[in-house]
Amino acid sequence: MDRVPILKIGPVLLVSIQVDMQDQMALALQEDLGQRIVDTGCRGVIIDITGLDIVDSFVGRTLSTIASISRVLDAETIVVGMRPAVAITLVELGLSLNGIRTALNVERGMELLARRADEDDFAEPDFVDEHEISKSP
Amino acid sequence: MSAAGDVEAAAVQAISGDEDVVRVRQLVRTAAVAAKLSLVDQTKLVTAASELARNTLVYGGGGKAEVSHLDNGARRGIRIVFSDSGPGIPDVELALTDGYTSGGGLGLGLSGARRLVDEFELETAVGVGTTVSVTKWAR
Ligand SMILES: Nc1ncnc2c1ncn2[C@@H]1O[C@H](COP(=O)(O)OP(=O)(O)O)[C@@H](O)[C@H]1O
Ligand SMILES: [Mg+2]
Repeated sequence: MDRVPILKIGPVLLVSIQVDMQDQMALALQEDLGQRIVDTGCRGVIIDITGLDIVDSFVGRTLSTIASISRVLDAETIVVGMRPAVAITLVELGLSLNGIRTALNVERGMELLARRADEDDFAEPDFVDEHEISKSP
Repeated sequence: MSAAGDVEAAAVQAISGDEDVVRVRQLVRTAAVAAKLSLVDQTKLVTAASELARNTLVYGGGGKAEVSHLDNGARRGIRIVFSDSGPGIPDVELALTDGYTSGGGLGLGLSGARRLVDEFELETAVGVGTTVSVTKWAR
């Protein structure tokens, strides 16, 4: 089975889906991407779906799962390049793509991630769980 | 002659693996382009077909999709019939409810496919199998 390539471009992982994926290929991408986030320490993932002429509930769920996995691994996912006909169809299918950030194209996605990284630099210290504090001696 | 008018011989795609779901999508896309469906309608029909082909594979244990061209004199259309000899659907109304899944899906395949097409028919019998027929007309 072919695998979807994952490119590292600076601080960002870029996935460009160019083929009509079998379900197994989508699941493999989910796993590969989690591993690459850990290996590279990248904080941003861009998934370019310009090449997809449909998004059904399986691919939609895969995108949502990828976004969730990334979030847990401290990376943000942005889906870019959705065709208008695909967007219209998704809404009618009833797929909400909960928790998925979107941008028009790769450039805009990169800008969004860069802005996030800047904000992070000035952000308050990481949230500390109270239970963690009370547990410490 | 059926109410749909002329029906051109169907192209048949067996569904017995993941790769066949991809083939069904491609077959339906080609047919939808030939029938001059708009881009949005092509996308809706291919998406519905993808959902139903996956159901045929996952829940029906495999089966087939038959794609035919319709022409009622005024409009052209595409009909796809998915059939399997699987376990059937005990509660059709429940299966057609948004969000209901007996597997690990999103439960949007049947209900969503019904919204995406012009005509939707489901015939099923427990222990015998399931047939879903969808039609989309060019506008
Ligand atoms: N061909 C089929 N044979 C048997 N059961 C089916 C078939 N298609 C759908 N079903 C049943 O209908 C339910 C809803 O299907 P669907 O809306 O596609 O959601 P999902 O695929 O996410 O479960 C399935 O979980 C399954 O129980
Ligand atoms: Mg389904």
